[in-house]
This record gives sequence, C-alpha cells and structure tokens, in this order.
Amino acid sequence: MKIASKSISFLTLVLVLLTSFSVYGKDGAKKGDPVNTRTEINEYIQHHLKDSHDFHLFSTFDDNGVEHHWGFPLPVMLWGENGFTAFMSSEFHHDDDGTVVVEKGDSRFVKLHSRIYELNAGETAVQFDEEHHAVNASKPFDLSITKSVFGILLIGLLMLFWFSRLARQYKNKQVPTGFGRVLEPLVVYVRDEIAKPNIGESYRKFTGYLLTVFFFIWILNLVGLMPFGFNVTGQIAVTAALAVITLVIYVFSGNKHFWGHMLWMPGIPYVFRPLLGIIELIGTLVIKPFSLLVRLFANITAGHTVVMSLVAVGILMQESLSATGSTIVSLFLSLFIMLIEVLVAFLQAYIFTTLSALFIGMAVADDHHDEELHDELGEEIEDTEVIRKNFT
Amino acid sequence: MSLALVQEVAPMFPNLVGAGLVVIGGGIGLGKIGGAAMEGIARQPEAAGKIQTAMIIVAALLEGLAFGALILGA
Repeated sequence: MKIASKSISFLTLVLVLLTSFSVYGKDGAKKGDPVNTRTEINEYIQHHLKDSHDFHLFSTFDDNGVEHHWGFPLPVMLWGENGFTAFMSSEFHHDDDGTVVVEKGDSRFVKLHSRIYELNAGETAVQFDEEHHAVNASKPFDLSITKSVFGILLIGLLMLFWFSRLARQYKNKQVPTGFGRVLEPLVVYVRDEIAKPNIGESYRKFTGYLLTVFFFIWILNLVGLMPFGFNVTGQIAVTAALAVITLVIYVFSGNKHFWGHMLWMPGIPYVFRPLLGIIELIGTLVIKPFSLLVRLFANITAGHTVVMSLVAVGILMQESLSATGSTIVSLFLSLFIMLIEVLVAFLQAYIFTTLSALFIGMAVADDHHDEELHDELGEEIEDTEVIRKNFT
Repeated sequence: MSLALVQEVAPMFPNLVGAGLVVIGGGIGLGKIGGAAMEGIARQPEAAGKIQTAMIIVAALLEGLAFGALILGA
C-alpha cells in the first residue's frame, strides 16, 4: 500500500508538471491570413523534428483572430562572451525569427530557428545575408534545459524510480509487484538473449550498460510517439552520445587479442597486415559507432516524418476527397504506420543493444584459434577431455 | 517543365539517383536476407529464434548502410 500511494503521488507530480501551462500572448499569424498549406506543413514537420527551448503543446485563435501558443517555458542557460546567463525561454515570447531581443547584462540574445544567437557587441537587431544566415551574431555555448534534455531527465528519473524499486523488492526476497512485473521479463530477456550469447563469459560486467541503454532508447522512442511527447532519440546529438559511450566501453575493455587481430592480423601475408590494420582501425573507431548513431537517428526521424506526412494528407486532400473522406484516409494510413512505429521503437532499442553487445563481445572475446585442433581434412577435432568424458 | 526548375533540380540529380540506387541495393539485400531466413526456418523450425536474431542483426547492419547513404546523399 505504501509503495502504491508513493507511485500515485509521483505520477500526480509528473502530471502536474506536464499540465502547468502558461500562455504566450504574442501576436502570431492572424486567422484568415493567406497561408501556403504545403510550406506550412513542411515547416511544422521540420519544427517537430527539431529540439526546442520551450514546450509547445498547441496553438489557438481567440475571438480577435490572434494566435496564442500554449505550453510551458524551459530554462535557458548560456555561456556567452560575457560569462554565464540564465533566464526562462518565455522571455523570447515564442519568437523563432530573431525579432525579439532579450537583454541580459551586456549581452543581447535572439532565437532563430530553435537556436539561440548572441548579438555581437553594439548590435541591437539581427541582420541576415542572402541565405538567411545571421551575420552579426554568434552562437554561445548552449547549456539550456531544452525539450530533449527535459525528456532525458524525466525518463532518467522514472527509470531510476522503477528500477531501484525493482532492485529493492529483490533484496527483500519479494516477487516484484506492480510495474516491476512488466520490467522483469524484459530485464531477463536482455540478459539472456542479448548479453549472454553476444558477450560470453564476462557478460555480467556489461549487462548494466546494456539494460540502461535498452530501456532508455525504448522508453524514449515510445515517448516520442505519444501525443505531446518529445522526439529525443531523433536528435542526432543524443544518438551520437549513446554511440560514443558504446565506443568508449569497447575500446577500453578490448583485450590484447582484439587489438592484435585488429592491428596485426595473424595468418595473412605480411604485406597486407598494415593495410588491413588501417581498414580495421577505421572500421572499429569510426564506422561502427557511426552506423549505430545513424541507424537510430534515421529510423526515428523517418518514422516521425512518415506519420506526420500521412496526417497531413488529411489536410492536403480536402479538396479532392471532401473533409470526411480525407480524414478517413489519413486516419487509416497513419494508424497503421503508427502501429509499425511502435514495433520499430522496440526493434531499434533491441538492435542498438544487440550491436553494442556484439561489439563489446568482439573486444572481450578470448582467442580460441590456437586451442582448436584440426584433422588432416580441416575438420575440427573435439577436445580430448570432452571425448574422454563422453566415452566413459 | 520550365528551364528555371530544371536548372534548380539538375545539380541535385546525381545525389538523388545515387541515394535511389543505394535504396535499390538495400532492398535486394533485405529481400535476400528475409528469403534465406524464411527458407532456414522452414527447413529447421526449431532454430527459428536463432535465425531470427541473426537475420535482424544483418538487416540492421544493411539498414544502417542504406540510411547512411540516404542521409549523405539526399
């Protein structure tokens, strides 16, 4: 009962946090303004895929036709030319074109396409060149709690709560209760089906990381599919960080066989050994983590783009199919793609974890080549101990 | 098609065609993997789990390649 009431209060806290809106009274587009639907949809999808400095939930028009944005602001923390500054993103009033200038001490900041720029000393407004890049501003070092960072922290806290509870229940010799029953089979699955077969004997050391990365990616993928969710695993920086962690783990846990086979491959002519060493080095240090990060990023980005494009079909085909027809078509298509995305959310977490385990397994594998015995036909001979055991 | 449009699209052409070719290659590869896995499972249904795992890993590697080319190309 105690645990149940605790989890209820925690969930309430999360809900309160998620629903504490603040409204931005900024004059946006007026209702009835001519808009190019295609560009608007394109911009909306682009905006959704990007990280942002505030939580934008939805927009409404009031009686005067003025657009209001609903959501809540997030803290902005910057390390600019004049040191550290922190303020809430609501000071930008939901502006994304660099028109609102926020003055903090001696520095002036503008927000432009979800990025914050610091104006050069003495400038009061941002200027653009032909390609719409800011000319008189530089990017400060951005430490802000953006939407993605917020999502990572929230899911990190949730995972800490869930798994510490699960661990506590095992320590008290209990069978897991509540949500722990959902997590237990998944934990066992990752340990027995991913860590053990791919890594081998020393799997225990790496199971913690594999479990963390599996649940982190899976839960964030699912959160990305939720309404009002945040697209965290579709940020290339996040997937790159995960891939780099895997890289660091398998580089630093690699044994002498791993490095030996990589840099000075035995069993091939000496001429080719340095060449193969270079190829293997690039493959291990660059291509493996790159493929890890690109796969996750591209899958999630592609999935989100497809879902949103299919939803947009309902808007674009209104003229030819009538409102009802286009809604049915887009609902039908996006529903099934959404279901596939739920599968992809799990599959990508599984693949990232499996490949991480595989790479780690390659690095820590013992060298068995010298111990294997072969007969004259090249067939492997069973170990004498095994033969003796089977004989008696 | 107007000349301006052609001039705008033409420089992107090699990239787009290259990305398309990579996707065709990826499609062939995925088809072969899937087909071989199906055959393997049909021959030895008790090994289905192992075959599936291996299939997904190879498919993921291939997919990473195709996506990489798509992102670099398009």
